[in-house]
Amino acid sequence: MEVLVILVPLALALGLVGLLAFLWSLKSGQYDDLDGAAWRAIADDEPARELPPAEAKPSKA
Amino acid sequence: MQATRDFSHYVKDAGSGLSHIDLAVEGVSCAGCMSKIERGLSAIPDVTLARVNLTDRRVALEWKQGALDPARFIDRLAELGYKAYPFETAGAEAAEAEQSRFLLRCLGVAAFATMNVMMLSIPVWSGNVSDMIPEQRDFFHWLSALIALPAAAYAGQPFFKSAWSALRTGNVNMDVPISIGVILALGMSLVETANHAEHAYFDAAIMLLTFLLVGRYLDQSMRRRTRAVAGNLAALKAETATKFVGADEITVVPVAAIDPGDIVLLRPGERCAVDGTVIEGRSEIDQSLITGETRHVAAEQGTAVYAGSLNMTGTLRVRVSAASEGTLLAEITRLLDNALQARSRYVRLADRASRLYAPVVHATALLTILGWVLAGASWHDAIVTGVAVLIITCPCALGLAIPTVQTVASGAMFRAGVLLNSGDSIERLADVDHVIFDKTGTLTLPDLEVVNASGIPDDVFRVAGQLALASHHPVAAAVARASEAKAPLAGAAEESGQGVRALLNGKELRLGRPSFCGAEQLAEDSLRLDPEASAVAFSNGDAKYVFCVRQGLRPDAQAVISALQKRNVKVEIVSGDREPAVRAAARALGVSDWRAGVTPGDKIARIEELKGQGSRVMMVGDGLNDAPALAAAHVSMSPISAAHLSQATADLVFLGKPLAPVVAAIDFSRKALLLMRQNLWLAVGYNFLAVPIAISGVVTPLIAAAAMSGSSILVMLNALRARSVANGRS
Repeated sequence: MEVLVILVPLALALGLVGLLAFLWSLKSGQYDDLDGAAWRAIADDEPARELPPAEAKPSKA
Repeated sequence: MQATRDFSHYVKDAGSGLSHIDLAVEGVSCAGCMSKIERGLSAIPDVTLARVNLTDRRVALEWKQGALDPARFIDRLAELGYKAYPFETAGAEAAEAEQSRFLLRCLGVAAFATMNVMMLSIPVWSGNVSDMIPEQRDFFHWLSALIALPAAAYAGQPFFKSAWSALRTGNVNMDVPISIGVILALGMSLVETANHAEHAYFDAAIMLLTFLLVGRYLDQSMRRRTRAVAGNLAALKAETATKFVGADEITVVPVAAIDPGDIVLLRPGERCAVDGTVIEGRSEIDQSLITGETRHVAAEQGTAVYAGSLNMTGTLRVRVSAASEGTLLAEITRLLDNALQARSRYVRLADRASRLYAPVVHATALLTILGWVLAGASWHDAIVTGVAVLIITCPCALGLAIPTVQTVASGAMFRAGVLLNSGDSIERLADVDHVIFDKTGTLTLPDLEVVNASGIPDDVFRVAGQLALASHHPVAAAVARASEAKAPLAGAAEESGQGVRALLNGKELRLGRPSFCGAEQLAEDSLRLDPEASAVAFSNGDAKYVFCVRQGLRPDAQAVISALQKRNVKVEIVSGDREPAVRAAARALGVSDWRAGVTPGDKIARIEELKGQGSRVMMVGDGLNDAPALAAAHVSMSPISAAHLSQATADLVFLGKPLAPVVAAIDFSRKALLLMRQNLWLAVGYNFLAVPIAISGVVTPLIAAAAMSGSSILVMLNALRARSVANGRS
C-alpha cells in the first residue's frame, strides 16, 4: 500500500498539468471562436501566404 | 468634391510597430468564406495578421503601422464580395466576454477537482464494504479536502458573490440555497473527516458546482453571442456622415466621431445619421423611418432633420445639433425609459421557480434535523442527515433546466433568421396572443419597388434602368433594381431635383419628374389607379412612360398573418402613416383591425389598453417612433432594417425580406417554453423521489452523487429536443 504515496500525488500532478494546459489555452484565446476552430481543423491547408500567382495578381491590381 | 474616408477613429495600437483594427463582416457563414477572406487579406503586402472569427462574424487585422490605410481592407473585402465595416467593441460586450472567460476558468477548476475527488472517492466507497483500514480512509478524505476546498473557494465565486449581494439587500435568489448547500456540505465533511467518520461529502459538493457552472456558462454564452452579432449589425448599418473639415473639403467619418456644431453634407439618396438643422440647400425628406409618414417633407434653410430620415432630391448642408442624443431622440428615450421600467416587473420562470424552491428546501432540511432529534437521534447524526437532504435537493437540475433550453432554442432561432436579445424573451414570446404590426418598413419593405413593371415593354424598361443607374435618388434606384440593368449609359447628367438625361442614338432620354419629361397627364392617370405610389416618368423622344413606385408589401406578409390567425393570435395594424395608405395595406392583408395616424404616445396607450383587457401583446415595428411601443409591449420584434434605437429596444431582431421569422419565432418559443416546464417538473419529480430517501437517513455520497448527476443529465438531454423539433419543422 506504500505505493499509494507515490501514485496518488502522481495522479494529482497529471490532473494539475491538464488543468494548467486548459487555463493556458483559455488565456491564449482558443475558446474565442469555437465555430471557426471546428472548420479550421478540416480546412485544406493553412491560409497561405504564398498565393497561387493566378489569384494573387488581380488582388494587386 | 471627392470624399476621403477616415477610419483612424477605429485603429488601435497593437504594440511592436503594428496597428490593429476589427471589422464586422456581413455574410460570413462557412469555412469557405473564412479561408477566402483570410487569403484575400493576407495577400495585401504589410499585413501581418488576418484572422476571421466565425462565431462573432468579425475579422481582426494587424499591419505595419502607417503602411496601409484601413479603407483598403474594406475595398478588398468588397472585391471579394463581403460588406465590412470597422467596429468598436462596446464596453458592455467587453465586460461580458471577460465574465464568460471567468466562468470558463471556474468551470475548468471545478471539473479538475471533481475528477480527482471522484478518483479518491471510489476507493473509499469500495473500501467501506471491504477491507479498508480507517487510516487509509482518513488519508483519502484529507486529500479530497485538500483538492475540494480551494477549488470550491475559487470556482464558487460566481455563486457566493451573487448570493451575498442578494442577502445584503434582503432578497433571496437561486444562488443563496446553492451557496448554503455547498458551504454546509464542505464544512460538515471537514468535521466528519476530523472525526474519522465513514462518509464525507466533498465529491457531491464539488460536482454540484461543476454542473451549475455548466448551466451558468451556457446562459452567458447565449447572451454574449447574440450581443456580438447585434453589435455587428449596428456597425454594418454603416452609420457614417460626410463632414466638412474645410470650406470645401469633406471626409467620410463614423458617426461616433461627429460632435454638435459640425457641418455635414447630405446628398440625395443618403440617410441622415445625425440630428440637426439645414443651413443650405433645398430638398425633400422621407421621414417614414421616424414618423411612419411616407409622404415627403420639404426641407429648406432652418428645417430640422432627424437621424434616420432619407434625403430625396437635393444636396443639403446640415449643422449638427446632436449626434447621438437630440430633441426628438431625448423625447423618445424618455418614453422608452418609462416603458422599460413598467416591463421590468416581469418575473422570469427561473426566478419564480427559485422563489418557491429556496424556502421549501431549507424548511425540509430544518424539519429533518428537528424530526430526527425528536425521534431520539443524536444532534450529530441529525445534522448529517440534514446536510444530505440539502445536497440531494441541490438545485442542479433546476439551474440547468432553463439555460440549456434557452441555448438550444436560441441556436435554432438563429438558424431561422431570428436573433434573441435575452433568454427570457423566449418565455414572454411563448404566451403572446395579440400581435400589433407597424406598417411602414415592417409589413412593407424598406426599399421602394416598381409596381407596374408588367405594363411596360421590356426594352423600354432596360434603357430606363440603365439611365436610372446614373442617379442616387431612391426612386431611380428602384427603377434600376427592377430592370436589373448593369451598365450605366455614357454621358448621363443629373439635374438636381428634376431627373437624369442622356443622349442615345441622337435622341434625348429623360427620367425623372413627370414635368421634366412632359408626361404630367400620363402620371395623373396612373396615380388615379394607385394613389399610394409616386410616379417617375421616362421619355424617349416622343414616347413617354410612367413608372409607379412605392413600398411593396413583404412577400409573405399575407401568409404570415393568416398563419398567426390560425394560431389564435389576433392581428392588428397600428401605423403613424395616413389613413388611405394603412387602409389599403390592411385590406390587401385581410386585417380588419387597423389604426392610422397614430403618435408614439397613442401606440403605448393602445398597448396598455390591450394589456388591461388581459392580452399579451407583441409589437413588431421598425421606426424610431415605434421604439417606446416596442419597449412597452410584452415582447417586441424588429426587422434588421430598423432604426438603431428600435433594434436595441426590441427583444428579437429578424433578418431578411420575408416576415416568416415572426411565426417561426413564436413556434420555437412555444416549444421551448414547453420543454422548460418539462425540465422543471423533471427536477421536481426527482426531488420527490430522492428527498424521502435522504430524510430517512440512508443516503451515502455515492447515492447522492449518482442521483444528482442523473437528474442533471436527463434535463440536458431533454433540452436538446428544442433543436430536433425545430429541424423537423423547417
